[in-house]
Amino acid sequence: MLDDTIAAVGTAPGEAGIGIIRLSGKRSQDILGQIFRGKKAKDVNEMPSRYMSYGFIYDEEGKKIDEVLAVIMRAPYSYTGEDVVEIHCHGGVISIRKIMELVLKKGARLAEAGEFTKRGFLNGRIDLAQSEAVIDIITAKTDEGLENAVNQLQGELSLKVKEVMDKLMSMLAHIEASIDFPEHDIEEVTSENLKSQGNEALGILKELQDTYYEGKIQREGLSTAIIGRPNVGKSSLLNLLLRENRAIVTDIPGTTRDIIEEYLNVKGVLIKLIDTAGLRETEDVVEKIGVEKTKEALNRADLVIFIVDASKKLTEEDMAIASMIKQKKVIVAANKIDAGIEADLEALGEIFDGHNIIKMSVKDKKGIDLLEEAIYNTAYSGNVKSKSSAVVSNIRHKSLIDKAVDSIEKAMEAIDEGIPVDLISVDIKDAWRYLGEITGDTVEEDIITEIFSRFCIGK
Amino acid sequence: MGDNMEYYAGEYDVIVIGAGHAGCEAALACSRMGLKTLVTAINLDSIAMMACNPSIGGPAKGNLVREIDALGGEMGINTDHTMIQIRTLNTKKGPAVRAFRAQVDKKRYSERMKWVLENQENLYMKQTEVVDILTEEGKVTGVITNLGARYSCKAAIVATGVYLNGKIVIGDVSYEGGPNGLFPAKGLSESLKKLGFELRRFKTGTPARIDGKSVDFSKMMEQPGDENMKAFSFMTKEINIKQNSCYLTYTNETTHKIIRDNIHRSPLFTGGVEGVGPRYCPSIETKIVNFPDRESHQIFIEPEGINTREMYVQGMSSSLPEDVQIDMLRSIKGLENCEMMRTAYAIDYDCINPQDLKLTLESKHIEGLYFAGQINGSSGYEEAAAQGIMAGINAALKLKGKEPFILDRSEAYIGVLIDDLVTKGTNEPYRMMTSRAEYRLVLRQDNADLRLTQKGYDVGLVTEERYNAFIKKKENIENEIERLKCKSISPVDKVIEYLRKYNSADIKSGVSLYELLKRPEITYASLAEIDEEMPGLSPDEAEEVEILIKYEGYIKKQLTQIEQFKKLENRKLHDDIEYNQIKGLSSEARQKLSEIRPSNIGQASRISGVSPADISVLLVYLEQLRRR
Repeated sequence: MLDDTIAAVGTAPGEAGIGIIRLSGKRSQDILGQIFRGKKAKDVNEMPSRYMSYGFIYDEEGKKIDEVLAVIMRAPYSYTGEDVVEIHCHGGVISIRKIMELVLKKGARLAEAGEFTKRGFLNGRIDLAQSEAVIDIITAKTDEGLENAVNQLQGELSLKVKEVMDKLMSMLAHIEASIDFPEHDIEEVTSENLKSQGNEALGILKELQDTYYEGKIQREGLSTAIIGRPNVGKSSLLNLLLRENRAIVTDIPGTTRDIIEEYLNVKGVLIKLIDTAGLRETEDVVEKIGVEKTKEALNRADLVIFIVDASKKLTEEDMAIASMIKQKKVIVAANKIDAGIEADLEALGEIFDGHNIIKMSVKDKKGIDLLEEAIYNTAYSGNVKSKSSAVVSNIRHKSLIDKAVDSIEKAMEAIDEGIPVDLISVDIKDAWRYLGEITGDTVEEDIITEIFSRFCIGK
Repeated sequence: MGDNMEYYAGEYDVIVIGAGHAGCEAALACSRMGLKTLVTAINLDSIAMMACNPSIGGPAKGNLVREIDALGGEMGINTDHTMIQIRTLNTKKGPAVRAFRAQVDKKRYSERMKWVLENQENLYMKQTEVVDILTEEGKVTGVITNLGARYSCKAAIVATGVYLNGKIVIGDVSYEGGPNGLFPAKGLSESLKKLGFELRRFKTGTPARIDGKSVDFSKMMEQPGDENMKAFSFMTKEINIKQNSCYLTYTNETTHKIIRDNIHRSPLFTGGVEGVGPRYCPSIETKIVNFPDRESHQIFIEPEGINTREMYVQGMSSSLPEDVQIDMLRSIKGLENCEMMRTAYAIDYDCINPQDLKLTLESKHIEGLYFAGQINGSSGYEEAAAQGIMAGINAALKLKGKEPFILDRSEAYIGVLIDDLVTKGTNEPYRMMTSRAEYRLVLRQDNADLRLTQKGYDVGLVTEERYNAFIKKKENIENEIERLKCKSISPVDKVIEYLRKYNSADIKSGVSLYELLKRPEITYASLAEIDEEMPGLSPDEAEEVEILIKYEGYIKKQLTQIEQFKKLENRKLHDDIEYNQIKGLSSEARQKLSEIRPSNIGQASRISGVSPADISVLLVYLEQLRRR
């Protein structure tokens, strides 16, 4: 428990100049070594303690993520008394998220609330008077954790996770029963059988990974298409949004703070505009890129901003677009209200959620705040339509699901290599345990219960 | 019992109550460790009696036997001397779950164990029934028998099996009785209650025995022993016996109909059996009720011994009335004319809650009082023997003023068994299964000696002969692994030919034999074809080398997990911690921790109701204590 390496973002969430990712534990330095290449310090082992080193963080494909300052505080001279690493990267969501995901992938575990402090205390770095506070943090964390657990448990996510766990459990019970009761006429565990069940489990988990919604927004931005018939004010809206919400991202080679025109930052939500390249030159996207391409773009969109001219009656073209996008998450921007409202907005309200019809005037800069509010709410309510109704929104859950996927994939490889079932069960059990950390279940007793309920065994 | 009936009958260091599989190992451990030991039994002809199945070993159970053997116990050697068939199970399912299972001559098993006990220095044996345990100031001081003999002792080990207030149930007939027609033990339950133990009722059962000459074996499938005969004990050089076969047949629709038509007469369903029975050995009637879709169930006919025609009917455990039992037996293929010699029965008995025990199997509130075997809620000969040897070792160490001997979950199945019982408790007779061991990849039967013989030697139970053999084996294995790492081969003609022969990928440059052996298709034995310097390892040593190299990745991963696990096991919790005073613990954790009093943080974390947050609080509390 005290032996693993923990990681957390040390700075407050939101827009800031820099962000700090902090690691503590034996493997901190090793993890830094795997992702950081210093300008001067080529080898992290040679980095002096408590000195900033300038360099870059690279992902697994060798792609530069960010330009950073890294510092190693070697045990026992650190806050926790263990090896501590801090990575100072650019602020803003993308860079921090990417680095955080990378360190978790390299073997760090997401720290629990108060865990750095707890370690500090247990390693003698914090005095006794503060230890009471540590217990309070732990206790508070439990209460909060319980509340979260209850909420999560009722959710679709836990249903999906349970579904996968049931599949894994059925594989395990079958393997274990055949091992513990070899002479009972239990149907033989075949590799085909295991593979098909394993692949089903993988399928569901991969869908869940795709729904890692918040993370996906943070990483890639909320894919957004702005659409509407000609002359309703698409480009003026875009220009207005861009003027007010220039996104600063560091997600490009060189990692300088470039302004990327395809990206918007709306109240901290990163918006990635899809195929809007020609949008500002010509009003008619559909004409320019073709209907098929537009449909394709719409398919990829998490969010569609549908602009209509509120001052005129809705046209057939408007209705055609509406029917094309009615399956998507849509915010209707009813523009030009400065010129009066003639459009039958109620009819649109019947197609789309009435709350998402924003009356505005780009010309007068009216209603732009409401539009931003609607975008923000869409991003964080998690109700963007995705393939699965279960949504992974928590980085801890995401990282557990990732580990489960890795374990199952390892098991599948092992099956192909002809590794005996006992060893295959090791990875399946690991996968189950990771998922069990989401639902709070433990494996051993469950397997035994499952064996006896599924198989008729006895002397 | 009036004082006038009592007489002083002598003094022993340790008295072991009961001479079944637990009692025998306990008594041998104590006496071999130099203590004057008395072992009692209600009937001296029932020493190490196999009251149920005529076999020893199997998955997980076989690992227990090898661990007992590695520590210097008797079960493995006794099995090797009396087996009449041996098989290796799970040969293709992975190195950690390979398991030996021997069919044993029951009578000879019991006789030889008695002979070993009789010949053991410091060990005394008496046929008598202990009815009372004497204590002074919370310490054991002696026992009293039903004939009024009072023996004084410094420690007592209760290994009473299913004898305590045993009740036999066959259909609507029920009577007080021990196993296999023996007397039950009547007095000791009261004594234990008076000492503050909560007694519970568990249930087990055994199938019928039939006359072999009334069985038509030609209608069944013969199950012979393995050609390659293996031994349980690391000390046994070779097994060379003429093996007996078992036979496989099946129940059918007629059998099931007989059972269904008479189910109302089963005490399990009428309430005649009060105890909780094990899930893993359900009676045939339970199987029919719980799995109504199954058209047939396997039945194994197994010999009870060499000098008897009696056969054990595995799969037909039952407490249905005798007439129904005969009908259902005769409905089975091959048993049409069978003669039942002993009727199947269920037995109810008293046992304690093992959560009242420490990891040493000593009572938490009576010093010097140890418990082992079915009295602790376990089931099975191997599980009993494993607890017996551990209770024996710990009683002996205590009297010698030495540190207790505890095996943890990463060191042995014995550790898993005792930790499960003591920490988690059990609601049914507990059977060892490989699924219970989180570190089973390292708890293999092939390496039981490498894991435990040093420890057995250190406590003084392992003989010099066994110890020297272990040291030699260990060195041979280590040297050979080192040699394979250093020896490199290059893609010369002979090697290329070899690789083609085994459908293995070509090598471009030099590769160590160690790396080569990691390939699934390459076996250690086959390396001899390209390596003239192979030392002549014994088959056991060769197996060990092969497993350690081939499965290195998996084993290393498990060893890392074990390292983590040990960190928490090494954080000791003292007996006198007042959990109610610790701020931040949940109320459930306070209650459970106060009751169970775990001896370390790891054990605490396995108690149901103790959350990871509670463990964090305990860690902080320990640190606070240390600094004050």
